[in-house]
Amino acid sequence: MSAAISNPSPAAALWATGAQKILAFAGLIFLVIGFSLASPNFMQTSNIISILQAASVNGVLAVAATLVIITGGIDLSVGALMTFCAVICGVLLTYMGLPLPIGVAGAILAGIASGLCSGTFVAKLKVPPFIATLGMMLILRGLSLVISGTRPIYFNDTPGFTEIATGSIVRNFLPFLPIPNGVLILFAVAGITAYILGRTILGRYAYALGSNEEALRLSGVNADRWKIGIYAMAGGICGIAGVLIASRLNSAQPALGMGYELDAIAAVVIGGTSLSGGRGTILGTLIGALIMAVLINGLRILSVAQEWQTVVTGSIIILAVYIDILRRQRAAAA
Amino acid sequence: MTPLVSMRDIDKSFPGVHALKSVQFEVLPGEVHALMGENGAGKSTLMKILSGVYSKDAGVIELDGKSVNVTSPRQAQELGIGIIHQELSLMRDLNAAQNIFIGREPRSAGNFVIDEKRLNADTAKLFAAMHLKLDPKVQVESLTIAKQQMVEIAKALSHKSRVLIMDEPTAALNDAEINELFTIIRQLKAEGVGIVYISHKMDELKRIADRVTVMRDGEYVGTVPAADTPVEKIISMMVGRAISDEPPTIPDLKDAEVLLEVKNLNRGREVQDVSFSVKKGEILGFAGLMGAGRTEVARVIFGADSMQSGEIFVHGKKVSIKQPRDAVRAGIGYLSEDRKQFGLATGMDVAANIVMASVERFISPLGVLKNKEIRDTAREYIKQLTIRTPSERQETRFLSGGNQQKVVVAKWLLRDCDVLIFDEPTRGIDVGAKSEIYKLLNKLAEQGRAIIVISSELPEILRLSHRIAVMCEGRLTGILPGGDTPQEEIMRLATQRASATTTPANGRAA
Repeated sequence: MSAAISNPSPAAALWATGAQKILAFAGLIFLVIGFSLASPNFMQTSNIISILQAASVNGVLAVAATLVIITGGIDLSVGALMTFCAVICGVLLTYMGLPLPIGVAGAILAGIASGLCSGTFVAKLKVPPFIATLGMMLILRGLSLVISGTRPIYFNDTPGFTEIATGSIVRNFLPFLPIPNGVLILFAVAGITAYILGRTILGRYAYALGSNEEALRLSGVNADRWKIGIYAMAGGICGIAGVLIASRLNSAQPALGMGYELDAIAAVVIGGTSLSGGRGTILGTLIGALIMAVLINGLRILSVAQEWQTVVTGSIIILAVYIDILRRQRAAAA
Repeated sequence: MTPLVSMRDIDKSFPGVHALKSVQFEVLPGEVHALMGENGAGKSTLMKILSGVYSKDAGVIELDGKSVNVTSPRQAQELGIGIIHQELSLMRDLNAAQNIFIGREPRSAGNFVIDEKRLNADTAKLFAAMHLKLDPKVQVESLTIAKQQMVEIAKALSHKSRVLIMDEPTAALNDAEINELFTIIRQLKAEGVGIVYISHKMDELKRIADRVTVMRDGEYVGTVPAADTPVEKIISMMVGRAISDEPPTIPDLKDAEVLLEVKNLNRGREVQDVSFSVKKGEILGFAGLMGAGRTEVARVIFGADSMQSGEIFVHGKKVSIKQPRDAVRAGIGYLSEDRKQFGLATGMDVAANIVMASVERFISPLGVLKNKEIRDTAREYIKQLTIRTPSERQETRFLSGGNQQKVVVAKWLLRDCDVLIFDEPTRGIDVGAKSEIYKLLNKLAEQGRAIIVISSELPEILRLSHRIAVMCEGRLTGILPGGDTPQEEIMRLATQRASATTTPANGRAA
C-alpha cells in the first residue's frame, strides 16, 4: 500500500512536472487560433510583428523576474529599474554626448548595481524580498524623476539609437518578415539566461536556493553570494529592457514603468514558474509573455474596450496560479 | 582495534537545560553501533556535536586516536563524518546527481559551466558502488522516501565518509524498503564504514546492530552487545529513572457515561484502525514514541485532517466531523502541541484569545463587540484558572508558557467543550507550572469532562492517566490501566512493530 502511496504514476508525474508548461503552450495556440478565426486582421504579418514587439519589453523584464522568483524571492523593482536605466542611458547619450555603446553599457551597469543593492538587502540584511524590492522600486522611481528633472530625455542627437529596438536586421535577409531587433534581443536574452539557468553554477544554485536554502548552506555553499549574483543578473537584464524601451520611444520617459513589474510577474506566473521558488523555466516565461501580448492585441482587434482587457488578463493570472496550486496538491498527494 | 571515532566526557548545555552530562561513545570500523534512549535523552544532540552542527562545551573527540575539533558541518564532512538527518535535507526540485554534488559540481569552461556529463557519470559510479539501480538524472521529488534516503547516503559517501550517522532512518519506510536499507548498511559495514544507528525499534537493532549504547536524561547509561542482550534489559536501561511523582487516584468510572467513542479510525499509514473510548471524568493518556500517530489521531478527531474511514460518537450520538468547526460544535476542543502556531494569537490580548472561539456570543444586535462583557468573562477565567497576568488586556506573548497554556484552556472551557484533547500540554513549561497544569487537568476531569492527554514523557503519562493508550506506527497497540503500570510495559507496546500484531482487520494495509 505504501508503495502505491509514494510512487506516483507516470501520468501524475507528468502532471506534476510539465503540465502547466504544456497547458500554457496549448493556451497560447488556442488563443492564436481563436483570434485568427474571429478576425482576419489578426494573422497579418504586421500584426504578428506588433505582438512580438509588444511582448519584447515585458518579455525581457519577465526573464529578469523569473531569475529572482526561482530563488524563492520576488522582484517588484523591475519596471522602475527599467525606467531608471533608460534615464541613465539618456543622461549619458543626450546630456553628456557620449558614444552609443557607452550609453548602453552604462544602462546595463546601472541595472547590475541596483540588483547588487537589492540582493545585498535580501541576502545580507535579511530584508524580505518583497519589502527590499518594493523599497528599491520607490527609490528608483524617485531617482529617475530627480535625475531627469521630471522631463523626458530625447535621443534625437544619437543616430541609430532607435534602430536598437525598432530596426530590423532580419529584413535584410527576409524582406517579407521584418522582425524588429527588439524581438531578437528578447530571444537572445532569453536564450542566454536559459543556458545560465540550466548549465551553470549560478543557475544550479538559483534553483537550489528556491528549493531548500538551508540544505544548500549545509552543503557548504556561500548561498548569500550566489543570491546577490542572481539579483545582480536580473538587474542587468532590466538595464537591457531600459535600453529597449528608450529606443522604441526614442526617449527616456521618467514617469514610465508603473505596472510593468506586475505585468512581468504575471507573465512569469502564467509560464508556470512557482512563486514559492525552486522551479520555473525561461521558455515558460516567454510563452507567458506572448500569451499576455496576444491577449491584449487580440482583444483590441476585436474592439473589446481596454478596461475589459485588463479584467481578462487578471482572470488569466488567477486561473494560471490556481492550476499551479492544483498541480502542487496532486503532487503532494502522490 | 582503534576506534574510528571516540567521544569522551562530552558536555553540552543550552540555556536552562544541561543536555549532555559527561557522555561517552565510540564507533569501531565496520561496526553498526546503535544509540538508544527516550525522546530527549540527548542522542540527537550528541550526534549533532559529532557532525559539527553544535559545538561541545567540554570533552574530547578522537578520530583514529587523534584528537580533532569539529567546528562546522563542512569540516565534519572533510573529516569523513557524514550525517543523514531525520528530516531529509535534499532539494526536491533538483535531480539526484545535482543534489549529491551540490557545492562540488565538476566544472568546465572558466569554472562556471557545470560539466553535467561528468556529474552524472560520477553519480552513476557512486550508485554502482552501492549496487543501487537509480538514474542519476531522476528528479528527487519523484522518488519514494526510501530512495531519497539512498540518495542522501550516496551524498554522504561521495564525501568519502568513514563514519555515517543515521537518525531514525527507517521511520518512514515499509518492510521491503527497510530490507533494502539494511543491505546497503551491510555493504558499508563490509567496507569498514562505521555506522551510528539511532532508532527506537527493538527488532531492527537485533537485526542490524553490533552494539547498543543507551542514553537517558543526557547521561551515558551503558554499552551492551546487541545480539545477546535481552530487549527487556535494554528497555530497563532506557527508562530506569526513579519516579518521584505519586500515581494518580483513579476514580471509579464503572457507571460513568461514555463521552467520546472512536471506532476504526483510518488515515493512511499514520492512523490505522484506531478504536477507543473516554468516559466522563476520565483522563486517557496517549503514550508512544515520536511519530507513533498520536497527534494524527487527535487531528483526525478534531477534523483538522480528514479521515479515510471510521466513526466518532459524542454522548453516544454519531457525529460527522469534516472540519474543526464540526468538532467544536460537537464539544471537542483540541489544544495543539504548538501553542504559538495553532493555539494562540500571541499578538492579541488575553481577553481576545479567551473569547476567540465563542466571539459570536459577545456581539450586540448591531454587530459591535461587547467589550465590557468580554473583559468580565476573561477576568472570571483568569481567576478560575489562576492565570498569572497583570490584566486581561496583556498581550499573550508576554505570558509564560504555562499561563499561555491556561489561556488556551480557558478558550475551550468558555466554548463548553466536554471533550478536551491536550497534545503535549507541558512542552516548554517549567517544572512548577507543570504541576499546576496537572492539577488543572485533574480538576477538569472531576468537573465531568473527558480528557485526552498526549505526552511523550512517560512520567507525565503515568502521573495523570486513569488509563493509558499506547500507539506504535499508527496502530493502537494496547490500552493499559493507569496507576502502577510499569514503564517497561508501555515501552514494550510502544515499540511493538506491525509484524507481531497483524490481525485480519488490518492485514489489508500491511
